[in-house]
Parts: sequence; structure tokens; C-alpha cells
Amino acid sequence: MIAVRNLRKHYRVTKRPPGMVAALRSLFHRRYELVKAVDGVSFDIAKGERVALLGENGAGKTTTLKVLSGLLHPTSGTARVFDEDPARRARSSLRRISLVLGQRQRLLWDLPPQETFELNRLVYEVPEADFRATLRELDDLLELGDLPRRPTRELSLGERMKCELAAALIHRPEILFLDEPTIGLDVGMQLAVRGFLERYGEQHGATILLTSHYMGDVVALCPRVIVMNHGTIQYDGALGELTHRTRPEKLVVLHLERSVDARDLVALGTLVAHRPLEVVLRVKPSELKAVLADALIRLPIRDLSVQDPPLEEIMAEIFAGRSDGRRAAPAEGES
Amino acid sequence: MSVGRELLRLFAFIRIGATGAVAYRTEAIVWVLSTTMPLIMIAFFGAVTRDGPIGGHSGASVVGYFLATFVVRSLTASWVSWQINLDIRDGTLATRLLLPVHPLVAYTAESIGSMPVRVLGSVVMGLVMLALLGSHALAQDPVIWALWCASIVLAWLLSLAVSVAIGALAFFVDSSAKLMDAWLAGLFVFSGYLFPVDLFPARVRAVVDWLPFRYQIGVPVELMVGALDRSTALDLVLRQLGFVVLGAITVRLVWQRGLARYSAYGG
Repeated sequence: MIAVRNLRKHYRVTKRPPGMVAALRSLFHRRYELVKAVDGVSFDIAKGERVALLGENGAGKTTTLKVLSGLLHPTSGTARVFDEDPARRARSSLRRISLVLGQRQRLLWDLPPQETFELNRLVYEVPEADFRATLRELDDLLELGDLPRRPTRELSLGERMKCELAAALIHRPEILFLDEPTIGLDVGMQLAVRGFLERYGEQHGATILLTSHYMGDVVALCPRVIVMNHGTIQYDGALGELTHRTRPEKLVVLHLERSVDARDLVALGTLVAHRPLEVVLRVKPSELKAVLADALIRLPIRDLSVQDPPLEEIMAEIFAGRSDGRRAAPAEGES
Repeated sequence: MSVGRELLRLFAFIRIGATGAVAYRTEAIVWVLSTTMPLIMIAFFGAVTRDGPIGGHSGASVVGYFLATFVVRSLTASWVSWQINLDIRDGTLATRLLLPVHPLVAYTAESIGSMPVRVLGSVVMGLVMLALLGSHALAQDPVIWALWCASIVLAWLLSLAVSVAIGALAFFVDSSAKLMDAWLAGLFVFSGYLFPVDLFPARVRAVVDWLPFRYQIGVPVELMVGALDRSTALDLVLRQLGFVVLGAITVRLVWQRGLARYSAYGG
């Protein structure tokens, strides 16, 4: 459904030191710098897959999404969506995709979202009956209520994002490109949007490619992740595998009936947190069983849980270079 | 793709343009007030011509001329430049590019959609003109009126082309709004909007005749008040057509190159 081969997107940007003199000098003599936003990436995404593009700011995630949706033309390499070149922006392809930019809006600012829905119905040639059915479904999933009838400019950010998603899905796209769909939303709204996207993907077999800085989005929605750094792919594979390879240790969280001296804990593993009635230990997987058995015997445990390290920590570790990120990278195109 | 379906899509954007035009009641009133410059010029020229005609313009003909100017400006003005500039700068153009409708078709349709409000103002002003000055203040020749209809459409197309081309310059510069302001300054001075172009000295007039400004406002105004004979009228309307073609070519060039740049650097 999506095939990317050795994709490169390089920009030439002006470079100017601060200050008035530099500003005047730049009028006559400009200095340029080559930015390699995307630098030779390859991957395939099959129909119905949900994939997250992860990376720090400037890693090339949004640029990749824009190339795939046809907004940017690649410097070299190829991108194919529905076996067509997205840069052509063929109507037949545009009808089957949707791009949601979390920081840009498609809703008509001066008018209620209902007007945008109606516009999209006519533009995408959605039959009236299908349109009504989709709206009812979106209303159920997103709990839109009377939001579509209120002026867009009067909606809160979260309410607007719900309507943005509804507007993006009126024509039931087969591929959904999402760039930071939950940015700026409160926790409750983030959960609602994640839940909605998951259900939409499952119900319609839609392919979802998203970028997000909120790892909660990724964990909830995407079994597969592509980690990008400086325009290249650092990892492409299952999320669980990334966790396992980068941070194989487990986190053991112990809830205690009474406080325990730190000296009684260090033998079990690396002490990550030590609060009066809660302890967090980092333990090697091979030692997990023995550690748990030992802890249950020796410590006054009220409850315990075993967790993977938070994805935020794993990503931070990859980008800080402390972990051997490239070690975690399967061969190009592997998924 | 059937014509019917294309028209239906066009209608969708026309509807949005019409709804948007009346979304802000206060702004709509302010907009009407902001186009009252010709009415101010009536007062100005009324005072100036009290002691006698200026360049063949008497007090009554000046009233007719500027009421016609109000009508023509209302019918032909295009504000799409600011919208395009804004869309390019804040990235909203991306969402337009992803719709299966060409953005320029959408901008044009939205511009048409805002017309009913303007037509209403123009009709009111036309009726005022008739009531104040009688029908003799307007052209009497049906051929001239036929040319006026063509001229109004061409003036609107020219204004639209200018507006789109200047708006699309935002692909290349930080903001094209100032460029549009500069164009409007030229338009107001050389189009016959603030004073009839026949008041210019002959040498200046010769230059003005080859600038596009007069063909955006002045020509349809002169046709409306019966200031042109058939032959001159036809000549000017043909020149208007020439400027529209030139404008369309410019739009195509600027838009294509701008979009290529946008697809290379922005988005």
C-alpha cells in the first residue's frame, strides 16, 4: 500500500547570524546550508497496518508524512502510495487518503464544523446516505454532540481536534496520515482520540501512519514503530522488540506494608526509586523469577507488578546514544 | 468526470464563500462602509465643481460617475489575495492541496460566493442613482450596455487574476500583503476610482491607457455612465480582454513556479 525506497528530501536554507549588520549583509550576500531532512529511508507499509514514526524534532518524521501525502516532492528516491506517485496529487489517490496536521486546521474558522463536513461531502462526492451514516458513526465514536453546529472559532482545542478528525474521515479514507494528532490536548481528550483512532482503524481496516511525541499514542495505537534520527531510520520493527533490545531489563514495582532499608533491596537489583511504601527495582530478565521469589519471602509485600521501561526513557536513551541504537536496527525494509 | 459533478463541487465552494461573507455581521457592515470612498469623492467633487465644470465634469455628472464607481467596485473587487497570502504563510494551503479540487478553482468559487452580498449593495446604489439623477445619467445605448456586461465580467476576472497572482507571490516572499497594498495604491490613483482618468494630462493619460488599472474599474464605469461611443467602447473592452489573458498567463506562471517551490521547501 505504501512503498518508500531510498527517499531523500534535502533543503537549502539561508543561514544568517543575528544582528543588524548581518541582516544588511545578507541583503547582498546570502549564505546557505544544506539540511538533510530525510536522507535515504526505505520501508513498506501493508494495508491495515498501524505504524508510528518516532524521533526528536527535526528527525524527518513530518517531512516523510508530507512526501507521502504529496505536499512535498522528494529530492531523490521514490515514494509510492496505492502504487502511484503521491507528488502527482492524482484525484483518485487524494480521495483515498487524509492528512491530519495537529497544528494546522482544515475546519473553516468562521463557520461551524458542519459546513466543513458538508463541503467535504460534496468535494469527495460522498452519497448523502453514506454521509449521514458516517456522521452518526463519528458522533458515536467521538461524542460530538452539538459541536458541529457551533462556530469553529468558539470551540476549545480538544473540541476542535474531534471535529478535525471527523472532517478528515467523512470520505472514509483508506490511509490516514496523522501528524501529532493529540498535541496540546488534555489527558482525557488524548485517551478519547486514541480510542477513536484505534476503533476506526479496526472497523474500516484503515492504514494509519502517525507521528507523535506522546508515547501513550504510540503504545495504544501502533504495534510497529519506525524510529528516525537525523533523517535516517534507526529502527523499524515491533514496538515490543524495540523495548526488549534497547532496555531488556524489567521494572519491578513493589508496594510494601512497611518501609524497608535500602540495604535489604540492593541485592535484588538496581534501585531506581525508594519511597517509604513503594520501591522500584531494575532487574535483568534472566534473574526475574529468582528476584521475585526472593522478594516475596524476605520483604513485607502488599502488591507487586512487573513492567517494561517507559517508552519515553527508551527513546531518550536511543537519541542520547547511550544505547547502541543501530544494534536495534533490523535490515532495511524489515518489519 | 461529468460536468454536473464538477459544477456541484464548484457550488460547494460558492456556498462556503456566501456563508463566510455573512458570518460576521459587524464586519459586513464595516466592509460596506469601507467601500464608500466614491461617496466621499462625490462630496469632494461636488464642492470643487460648484464654481463650474472641471474637465467637462459637472456636479451632476460627477455624482453619476462616482455612484457608478461604487457599483463597479462592489461587483468586481477581489480580496482573494489576502486569503492566499494567509494560507501560504500559515500552512493552511496544505489542506487545500489535499482536496481533490484545484485550489484556484476553490478560491474563485469562494470569491463568486461572496458576490450576492455585493450585488445587493450595488443594486441599492443603482436605484439611488436612478432616483437622484434619472435614467439619463446612465448609458442609453443597448449595445453599450451589452459591452458593459462583458466589461464587468472582464473587470472581475482581471481583478481576480491580479489578486491571485499577487497573493501567490507569498510563495517567494515573506508576505505578499504589502505588495497588494502597493497595487491598490496604483489602482485607486490610475483606475478612475478616486477621479476620472480624463482629468490626467494627456501624456499621463497615454501611459494610464496601457496600465491594467483602468480596465479593472474605469472602463466599466465609463460605459455605465455613457461616456464612451461604441467604437471606443469596443476597443477598450478588447484591451480589457487582452489584460485578462495576460493576467491568466501570469497567474499560471506564478502559481506553478510557486507551488514547485512550496513542494520543494515548504508545505
